[in-house]
Amino acid sequence: MLKKMSSVPYIVWMLLFVIVPLGIVVYFAFTTQDGGFTFDNIVQISKYTPVFVKSINLAVIATIVCFILAYPLSYLLSRASANYQRTMLMLVMIPMWMNFLLRTYGWMTLLENEGLINKVLEFFHLGPFQMINTPGAVVLGMVYNYLPFMILPLYSIMAKIDQSVIEAAQDLGCNSIMVIIKVLFPLSLPGIITGITMVFVPSVSTFIISRMLGGGQNMMIGDLIEQQFVGSAYNPYMGSALSLILMVIMLVVMGIMSSFDDDEMEGIVI
Amino acid sequence: MKKAVSRIYVGLILLFLYAPIFVLIVFSFNESKSRSHFTNFTVKWYRELFQNELIMTSLWNTVKVAVLTSIIATVLGAFAAIGMNAMKKRGRSLMMNLTYMPVINPEIVTGIAMMLLFVFICTLVQWVFGIRLELGMWSVLIAHVTFCVPYVVLNVLPKLRQMDNNLYEAAMDLGCTPLQAFLKVVIPEIMPGITAGFLMSFTFSLDDFIITYFTNGSTFQTLPVTIYSMTRKKVNPQINALSALLFVVVLLLLVLMNVKQARDGKKNGRDGR
Repeated sequence: MLKKMSSVPYIVWMLLFVIVPLGIVVYFAFTTQDGGFTFDNIVQISKYTPVFVKSINLAVIATIVCFILAYPLSYLLSRASANYQRTMLMLVMIPMWMNFLLRTYGWMTLLENEGLINKVLEFFHLGPFQMINTPGAVVLGMVYNYLPFMILPLYSIMAKIDQSVIEAAQDLGCNSIMVIIKVLFPLSLPGIITGITMVFVPSVSTFIISRMLGGGQNMMIGDLIEQQFVGSAYNPYMGSALSLILMVIMLVVMGIMSSFDDDEMEGIVI
Repeated sequence: MKKAVSRIYVGLILLFLYAPIFVLIVFSFNESKSRSHFTNFTVKWYRELFQNELIMTSLWNTVKVAVLTSIIATVLGAFAAIGMNAMKKRGRSLMMNLTYMPVINPEIVTGIAMMLLFVFICTLVQWVFGIRLELGMWSVLIAHVTFCVPYVVLNVLPKLRQMDNNLYEAAMDLGCTPLQAFLKVVIPEIMPGITAGFLMSFTFSLDDFIITYFTNGSTFQTLPVTIYSMTRKKVNPQINALSALLFVVVLLLLVLMNVKQARDGKKNGRDGR
């Protein structure tokens, strides 16, 4: 009995600081400035449809690029020697430990019109290209920041795949493409799902990367929400409605993702 | 042939990961403010960095919050895990849902939700006590504990499941009071989980920008918030100097940790583990 009681402070804390705040968000989403009930905030969101489409679009592209980059790398890693694996994992993780604002700032200086990449291109009589403040730069920033989130789950699932399973498939007449489709892909599915979720969720809700690398023109859902709470366009009612929609999108995505795979997220009932 | 292709491929990915960091570091030693043209070697940006009071204050704030957060989150989370481990399946799965919520929620939503709560608390305090309360360190601290504590729970819980429950009872049979049995048997058994949770909380708190950005009010700044406002303004090589220093610190810490791990591994290897 005493043991069970020891989680009471945690329950109280989480109710107060997780459930209550989300309740406030839901309340604000359906409230007018004077405190009356309304669906207006939700209805109004339709005028921001292009922003939503753009965010989801960019996040999907970033997730696909991450996957294409990370999948072969994770496979190579999982088949390499233990020492090589350890070193490479370290190398993948070190940038993650640096604040993402600084890393994104690094890309800002590289992509600028007067930046290093354009200087190098100029040397070869190419360019200059407009790279910063484009949707491409935003995707690049997302890929850069979240690539390790794709590599790590993929690697850890692939490290568990027995080499003899792959060899057996080859002995039974699979060529390399068939090995990938019939063996590697199904066995690594849980890692793929975790990776996709871990890249897509922060990508679609980011507001810093799009602002730093996308300039003012590439607004995403995150920027839109931030503007409702910080700065001149203060409107927490609209901001809450937007957040609510964002959460719904996330839940749908995660629902779809976990339907591919039944035993991964044990304990999540929602 | 195949090997060469895979080498080049791995090399390109590493180049992609490290290019911006190295460019930042190289240009931290550049005398002119240009970010593409290297003129002369200098360390003046480092000197300016250490004289920058705003950066030093926010660094101190960041450390304060991170230390307090990791302590509070670890205590709260470890006890929660012990309680959850004793619960029936239904209660535990309910608690797991509660635990996963801040983990899966987009950070920006967590941030604005907490901001709304804190603003509400401030209004309430003003209305009831007539005291003017503003967002500041207290709100950042609460927010950080809230998003860190699930990671402590998720780290400690598996250790508790692995633990043999008979050990606790054996200790009591041998004359321990429940408190002694808890301190001498349970705590050492779950210590690796507690340490991992503590370290995760510490680094997450140190590094957090989004949630802090919404809950810090107008006077309390942590380092990531200061960095953000610096990147919004024009070119400032102090940012480069700061990046270089942080990179070196991270590198040193990781190398130290790895050396320690390798040493422990060897020791355990000899014990036959």
